[in-house]
Amino acid sequence: MTSSQALVEIRDVNFSYDSRPILKGINMTLPKGKVIAVMGGSGCGKTTLFRIIGGALKPTKGHVKIDGQVIHDLSQQGLYEMRRKMGVLFQFGALFTDMSVFDNVAFQMREHTDLPEEIIHDLVMMKLNAVGLRATHGLMPAELSGGMARRVALARTVALDPMLILYDEPFAGLDPISLSVVGNLIRKLNDALGATSVIVTHDVQESMKIVDYNYFIDSGVIVAEGTPDEIRASQMPYVRQFVNGEIDGPVPFHYPGGNYKNDLGVSA
Amino acid sequence: MPVVKSIKAIGHRTIDVVWRIGYASRFFALTLYYSGASFRRFHLTIKEMFASGVMSLIIILVAGMFVGMVLGLQGYETLKRYGSESALGSLVALSLVRELGPVLAALLFASRAGSAMTAEIGLMKATEQIAAMEMMAVNPIARVIGPRFWAGLISMPLLSALFSAMGVFGGYVVGVVVIGVDEGSFWSQMQSSVDFQHDVLNGVIKSFVFGVAVTAIALFEGFDAPPTAEGVSGATTRTVVESSLAILILDFILTAFMFRGD
Repeated sequence: MTSSQALVEIRDVNFSYDSRPILKGINMTLPKGKVIAVMGGSGCGKTTLFRIIGGALKPTKGHVKIDGQVIHDLSQQGLYEMRRKMGVLFQFGALFTDMSVFDNVAFQMREHTDLPEEIIHDLVMMKLNAVGLRATHGLMPAELSGGMARRVALARTVALDPMLILYDEPFAGLDPISLSVVGNLIRKLNDALGATSVIVTHDVQESMKIVDYNYFIDSGVIVAEGTPDEIRASQMPYVRQFVNGEIDGPVPFHYPGGNYKNDLGVSA
Repeated sequence: MPVVKSIKAIGHRTIDVVWRIGYASRFFALTLYYSGASFRRFHLTIKEMFASGVMSLIIILVAGMFVGMVLGLQGYETLKRYGSESALGSLVALSLVRELGPVLAALLFASRAGSAMTAEIGLMKATEQIAAMEMMAVNPIARVIGPRFWAGLISMPLLSALFSAMGVFGGYVVGVVVIGVDEGSFWSQMQSSVDFQHDVLNGVIKSFVFGVAVTAIALFEGFDAPPTAEGVSGATTRTVVESSLAILILDFILTAFMFRGD
């Protein structure tokens, strides 16, 4: 995907844990105002890429540029300044369990701004109203269902109106109604804020409803990319297996191993 | 070759230990470096003082009372042999202020508040709360670790003082009220034998040092805990074991410097 209005540019990003390569030459361009999905099976490297975009990991080669700045070249201060313009939704919300819903959403406002409490109160109520959970402001995270916790975390993620929002598996473990609600909110909030959203997920059906563009990663490389319509029409075996949830294909059912007969002690 | 294997294993273990000591030292240095927020936003520290200090009060007070009562009984039995029952107040007070107050209060603090700190921070890490904070451009060392560290440091001498006070009261109840030691000699002997600088102040210094050790160990173990149920449980156990050993070893070193046989 190319655009002159790119917010995030990922160029030839490689990453290895010790000597085990995880990402091999990833190139992506994420334009402003778009919702982009990064998909792939478990262990394909998409969470590593997510962490590299967030500045939590440094690539072994290549770079990630956000709003014109190479994120992993920034100082601690610079990285924190950049992160103030980013919102991150973790897989299970990561709400602070010792704080109420209200305090969770107000957290960044209190940490990063000098706004008076009355204004923070109004802003928190507006954010919670946007996710349909204004009435839960007095509850503790333990009193929320999984879907509600995800929505509160979403309100907290957009508390400071970020320009870039990163979602790590936002649909994991949600019931069908919560799934649609969260998907819908991701799209609406992105459009309302004029932000750019990156969704790391393996939920094909839900993400295809809301995203503008998809990247498929397998074994650390981008194997396919395109708009949801292009992906649905794709004849690539990997994409077909992933989109249709086929049991066997380029991603084999059996974990690679030795000869089955040998394991059973049966001579050929 | 089993010998080579053993040497390799020892080498690996040594490197691990040295690496861990370095990591812990860096963590401790960063905690001190980012301590400003704990004082600028003192309400965060007060909240943690409630969690670690106030919530430990019951166990400290009850334990102090019973330790004092046992001291009263045992002390009376021993002193009676030499006809020095009137020195019971001195024995109870000096034992508590110099030694038992700081040491036992710190051991109880390690098992009650230290383990709770480790488990809380370990779980915060396992549930990605620490990572979330970092991604929100909030330094977790400054926001989570600093206030807990200073809260532990401030709470420890106060808890130790309360432990000693309750112990003295327990010794009084058993010695004076139950056994019948003369009340006047109990208090006057205590007053004349306990020196503020030599006994009380040294006890406070001890409890302060124990507070640093217990809180630093508890916070580091929590922060370093593998993000699994087993990891958090192991870290909590290590906090209690390492803190208890640190308290006893530091107590010997401090006692050797403070009370060199005088």
